[in-house]
Amino acid sequence: MSTEIIDLVYIAAAILFIVGLKFLGSPATARKGNVISSIGMAIAVIATLFTKGLNFELIIGGFVIGGLIGAVVARKVEMTSMPEMVALFNGFGGLASLFVGWSALKATASPEVFFLVTVFLSILIGGLTFTGSLLAYGKLSERISGRPFVYAGQRIVNSGILLAVVVCAVLFIQNPADQNWLYLAVGLSLLLGVMFVLPIGGADMPVVISLLNSFSGIAAAAAGFAIGNILLIVAGSLVGASGIILTNIMCKAMNRSLSNVLFSGFGTVSTSSGPVIEQGEVKPMSADDAYYVLEAASSVVVIPGYGMAVAQAQHVVKELQELLEHNGAEVVYAIHPVAGRMPGHMNVLLAEADVPYDLLLEMDQINPRMETFDVAIIIGANDVVNPAAREVESSPIYGMPVINADQAQTVFVLKRSMASGFAGIDNPLFFKENTRMLFGDAKETLGNLVKAFD
Amino acid sequence: MDIINLVFVFVLAIFLGVELINKVPSTLHTPLMSGSNAISGITLVGALALAGSDNEIVSILGAVAVGFATINVIGGYMVTDRMLAMFKKKEGGDGK
Repeated sequence: MSTEIIDLVYIAAAILFIVGLKFLGSPATARKGNVISSIGMAIAVIATLFTKGLNFELIIGGFVIGGLIGAVVARKVEMTSMPEMVALFNGFGGLASLFVGWSALKATASPEVFFLVTVFLSILIGGLTFTGSLLAYGKLSERISGRPFVYAGQRIVNSGILLAVVVCAVLFIQNPADQNWLYLAVGLSLLLGVMFVLPIGGADMPVVISLLNSFSGIAAAAAGFAIGNILLIVAGSLVGASGIILTNIMCKAMNRSLSNVLFSGFGTVSTSSGPVIEQGEVKPMSADDAYYVLEAASSVVVIPGYGMAVAQAQHVVKELQELLEHNGAEVVYAIHPVAGRMPGHMNVLLAEADVPYDLLLEMDQINPRMETFDVAIIIGANDVVNPAAREVESSPIYGMPVINADQAQTVFVLKRSMASGFAGIDNPLFFKENTRMLFGDAKETLGNLVKAFD
Repeated sequence: MDIINLVFVFVLAIFLGVELINKVPSTLHTPLMSGSNAISGITLVGALALAGSDNEIVSILGAVAVGFATINVIGGYMVTDRMLAMFKKKEGGDGK
């Protein structure tokens, strides 16, 4: 196949990616969109295979090993583990870009400056995406502590690494034949990824995953510049843009700037200084008593958080929803943008439990009518329903948009114990007059409620 | 290809991406991430040509890139499809 025909196929592939993303704009067409996008990928790969002089032994080896790993992981992964899986895949994408950049450098006899800059960028961004994602994977899957890791002089160390990166870039571009600068660049990029994710706590993970998603796209675009492949540039920048938008949405939903999320080690700072406000008696309630309230309710809003994912409670939530509906009540779900560990985490879990997506309402849809709900059931959510964000100016989360669960007639909080949330911030909601605490494992508590209905 | 042309395409693609993704509802953000992740596996296309080089180092690095990019492509599309298959509307229940 001539290069002109291959280029034409690349244009078709780019169109299919764009149409595929457009179809992702609605849940009704999204699945089709994903298929269209995958067809774009397939034709781009097949056309490339017609390039002269390919080494099919190596290619088939890569296909078989990579394809098997990808397919097995994609089939086996639990929906609750989706955040760490996406993190891991981001990392592999970054690593692929690193290797493409490296390989392209070795393939070029007399490199120009622009080429060297793009190679350096694809190695740098690819490498930091890889180690950053691995660390995020570790934190999300709780193989390592999800607590933010902050130490004295962290900023100085990080600034030092950044400076070293710049110096290394200049030296690398001036002496491309000297291997050492290349190896140093690879090493620094890997170190940078670790340093970048280390200070970020579990509750801020939605921001980090979105950002790493963006990086994996930008790394692909940089690799595209390096090898002069326009399809890599187009596809990479589409992904880069997508990740940036998600990052922005997540930051807005926490009322924090990106630099605040990345550098402040949120949570460790606030635990000691958080003033104790509006402490009072919490009012525990048994599942049996809660049943009587629910039985009399005509409208119920369920507000899930990360705790629902941890307890794997989505299926029993759906059971309770059906019983309530059978009892004549209206049941909807209110989803905060940063509930869970990645954008849209709760939506996927509830979809897995067969909850129709039109019952899932966004924060702005639910808040104006919160007062009309008889019962709000909060399952493993804390900061996203914390009224301190509206009422307590000294609170670290003051100004963050929250779901105003406290405005419902009665609030049930399903919680393991009275330990404070991930960010370590007091939640006055637990002490409000209309709040009842249902202590224990969320899945078990919901199971008891379901039993009470039978 | 001309450097300026490549940059031109890059900038336009970013703007297009912003327009497209802004329309994706928050309920689909997780599939959007895994789906766009699969798209970023496009580095596979670049890796294929490099894997065929006569230079042994180039071809081995290229082949490693093929492997990792393939994980992204296959895994990303499959898991996105698995997720999107679960999204159902209340009425009808015809899987749409």
